[in-house]
Amino acid sequence: MYEFDFVRPATIAEAVQALAADEAQALGGGQTLLPTMKQRLAMPEALVSLTGIDELQGVCPDGEALAIGAATTHADVERATADSYPALAALAGQIGDPAVRNRGTIGGSLANNDPSACYPAAALASGATIVTHRREIAADEYFEGLFSTALEEDEIITHVRMPVPQAAAYEKFVQPASRFALVGVFVARFEDGVRVAVTGASEEGVFRWEEAEAALSQSFSADAIAGLSVDPDGMIADLHGSKAYRAHLVQVITKRAVQAAAA
Amino acid sequence: MVNVTMTVNGQTASGEVEGRTLLSGFLRDNLGLTGTHIGCDTSQCGACVVHVNGKAVKSCTMLALEADGAEVGTIEGQAAADGTLNRIQQAFQDHHGLQCGFCTPGMVMSAAALLQDNPEPSEQEIREYLEGNLCRCTGYHNIVKAILAASGQPTETPLAAE
Repeated sequence: MYEFDFVRPATIAEAVQALAADEAQALGGGQTLLPTMKQRLAMPEALVSLTGIDELQGVCPDGEALAIGAATTHADVERATADSYPALAALAGQIGDPAVRNRGTIGGSLANNDPSACYPAAALASGATIVTHRREIAADEYFEGLFSTALEEDEIITHVRMPVPQAAAYEKFVQPASRFALVGVFVARFEDGVRVAVTGASEEGVFRWEEAEAALSQSFSADAIAGLSVDPDGMIADLHGSKAYRAHLVQVITKRAVQAAAA
Repeated sequence: MVNVTMTVNGQTASGEVEGRTLLSGFLRDNLGLTGTHIGCDTSQCGACVVHVNGKAVKSCTMLALEADGAEVGTIEGQAAADGTLNRIQQAFQDHHGLQCGFCTPGMVMSAAALLQDNPEPSEQEIREYLEGNLCRCTGYHNIVKAILAASGQPTETPLAAE
């Protein structure tokens, strides 16, 4: 690993100040960032660890929603939401492997916005609000494409406000070597309609499948989307699957998610 | 260089590290605890799994300074002071749960974390928990058997083929 500075502040204010330095980068659990730095795909000059800030930890009720601290690990999200939002707990429990889940954080995942990550699908389908130390950003405005978000360089996610749907499920077709989603679909049914978010499939990163949302809002059943399909154009093509294959998977996995949520 | 202090296998340990020093490097190079193996260095193989505040983590993907003040457990802390193997280590020996042995420290540390949370895991739960621990000898069958035995469960039941 190349040489860099490291600080581990105890407050958000100190972290914001440290991030103002040139080429400084916030560090969550480091499960993506540290391997990326080892390969020199990212080369920040300073890391500002967010793991020592108590107020970024934990899950608590926030009206009809859950407020999830940005530095809460996947394992802690899984435990803390098992009763209050089981679909989210199930998603958290499928990320990476157990040791990765003990370090990786929800805030880190959302800030990175890997096109195959799981949490972006949950945030977008739940209509979450990404709360930073400076402002609130609706999930619909937050995800801006591959590894790209609405966050400013020195902006820290403090927590995620996640509305809890009446019914929801996340179905993930796993790429077995990496455990990332080859295609993952989060379906969430609210009183005023259904939201469907797809990860792993599009070259633009996580997206809402609005055609399916409209059909499912009329009738919440797998049959309602039997005739629908997404355009293969714009899907990811790599050695794991072609554009057409991923487009096909989106419909199949969405049907499974609907069945699981309706069960 | 800055000072880092943590409790390792019940004893206070400190040393001078850089920001970039990984926990795996601190354990091996500063403390001489070379039982923690570095296999892939990319957080995939799990040979470097240790416990930090009771939780399994990949020490090649955690900075040493992140463990400042933490309770760290390594493979060296598993056996009793007189060298008597603990029940997991003994089960690995009894059931031939290791071949070349390179992945074994990580396997034992992951198994210990699993049994702490789930004292009687099913075969399926064991296999899922070991998703992040790779054995290039492909000795999973006997590793799973050893963990079943260590949890006091029968090992005679036919195990699913990989």
